[in-house]
Amino acid sequence: MSVIYILWLRQIKRFSRSGIRIVMGFVQPLVYMLALGYGLNSVFQLSGRGSYIQFIVPGIIVQTIMFSSMFWGANIIWDKQFGFLKETLVAPVSRMKIMLGSALGGATISLIQGIILFIVAFVLGFRPYNWNYVPIAIVFMGMLSMAIISFSAGIGAVVNDMQAFVAVNNFLLIPLFFLSSALFPLDGVPTAMKIIASVNPISYAVDAIRMTLIHQSHFGLWNDFFVLLGTLIVLLAFGSYRFKQIQA
Amino acid sequence: MNPIISVNNVTKKFGDFTAVDGVSFTVQPGEIFAFLGPNGAGKSTTIKMLTTLLKPTSGELRLAGHDVTKEQDATRKMFGIVFQDASLDDELTAFENMQLHAVLYGINRKQVSGRIEELLKLVDLWERRKAIVKTFSGGMKRRLEIARGLMHHPKIMFLDEPTLGLDAQTRNLLWNYIKELNQKEQMTIFFTTHYLGEAEAVAQRIAFIDHGKIVASGTTEELKQQTGTNNLEEAYLKLTGTQVRDETLDSAEGNRERFRSIMKNKQR
Ligand SMILES: Nc1ncnc2c1ncn2[C@@H]1O[C@H](COP(=O)(O)OP(=O)(O)O)[C@@H](O)[C@H]1O
Ligand SMILES: [Mg+2]
Repeated sequence: MSVIYILWLRQIKRFSRSGIRIVMGFVQPLVYMLALGYGLNSVFQLSGRGSYIQFIVPGIIVQTIMFSSMFWGANIIWDKQFGFLKETLVAPVSRMKIMLGSALGGATISLIQGIILFIVAFVLGFRPYNWNYVPIAIVFMGMLSMAIISFSAGIGAVVNDMQAFVAVNNFLLIPLFFLSSALFPLDGVPTAMKIIASVNPISYAVDAIRMTLIHQSHFGLWNDFFVLLGTLIVLLAFGSYRFKQIQA
Repeated sequence: MNPIISVNNVTKKFGDFTAVDGVSFTVQPGEIFAFLGPNGAGKSTTIKMLTTLLKPTSGELRLAGHDVTKEQDATRKMFGIVFQDASLDDELTAFENMQLHAVLYGINRKQVSGRIEELLKLVDLWERRKAIVKTFSGGMKRRLEIARGLMHHPKIMFLDEPTLGLDAQTRNLLWNYIKELNQKEQMTIFFTTHYLGEAEAVAQRIAFIDHGKIVASGTTEELKQQTGTNNLEEAYLKLTGTQVRDETLDSAEGNRERFRSIMKNKQR
């Protein structure tokens, strides 16, 4: 058994044993989807843009992935507080493998949550325009997840208590989500808003998933891909650098 | 012979506070070496620096010829450790914790099950191997930590207060096992304890540390001579000016404190 596999498995086991995390993982986005989707559907349709439920599902999937991936940084703090981190840090394996194994575990969990949400949305009436593109959407979800996980690993490595971590989360992730194209189409918003959304990498993740699921795009799929890839590389470097510096 | 552990003028500061203050000592291969001193003397901090968990503020540490600070990966292949405080995954079972450790340390696959069984039986946890660690008592967790630490057989084994809070019988059992490892595999043992009797019975050489400084070192005989006392306990008292404090209480309180802060964070 390899180190990466066993650390991946550890994350999966921990997740599958925590009922509350599983439930919370999709109750919250479900509430968003129902409230926003049904609540704003008529307004959206009135303005001649079709079904808001169709429009918003990719955004909610992105939200689910963002927040469950961010949770992974909280895991590092947990492991620090409960002491388990020491066990991995003194082991004769590279820190890169330690980070990668756990991160892949986290990404798998995020993807599972994203896919569960997709299924729930399907039951509620959401239809992808072409099933062949759904796997591509999943690849983008994986990229987004790894990017956020790397970022949260970097933060989790520096920060020692959960409150500070939650604060970072609230001040960074939530604005990034709401100031992206997740909840509204970018054509038709004020220019300032459009500029902000255009420099926000989350918009590109949303855009890519929207393109592959409902065939609507603002930036174009290749732009989405390269922005997301660039973000992923930068954050991966940041996360693994920080993780290497951890002292316990 | 070249020392297997050598610590040369090492200092560790936390902000303004100097936890370890210009410490130097060496340990020979195959030796059983005890590090004694009151709470807060700097024992754990020294072990953390030797095991790559903390970087020294200044000074040099070498393990089996490797510079600990510069060659972390090579250093990590040389040692095993039982930490003073918790380092188990509470959400996994006892068996899963052992298994994870076996993979992390690349223990030969054929040996793994046998060794897990042997060690879990030694610490009387074999029957509970499928239970989630969260449900264990403090003593059971401690025993599991030790069993896990002894699973691979490195050149150097660090044991930071390994037997803290365990009953006399279990302590005996464990020390016999450790001494056997030391003899059979020439494993170097570096341990801290606050049971002076334990140190006297097991260690071939002892160093006393207080306020981050080494105040004396040598065999039990030498220490008695140096201080003009009749036993290790008196020597300790004379050197550090403190009674052996009951660390069991301190540490239980520490654990409770930590638990409270974690629960508080969890609720947010
Ligand atoms: N991470 C830390 N930050 C600040 N002070 C610390 C830290 N770790 C240890 N100390 C302090 O350093 C001193 C030595 O601690 P330690 O090495 O754990 O002592 P011992 O193991 O001998 O009981 C103590 O006063 C302790 O409070
Ligand atoms: Mg200590």
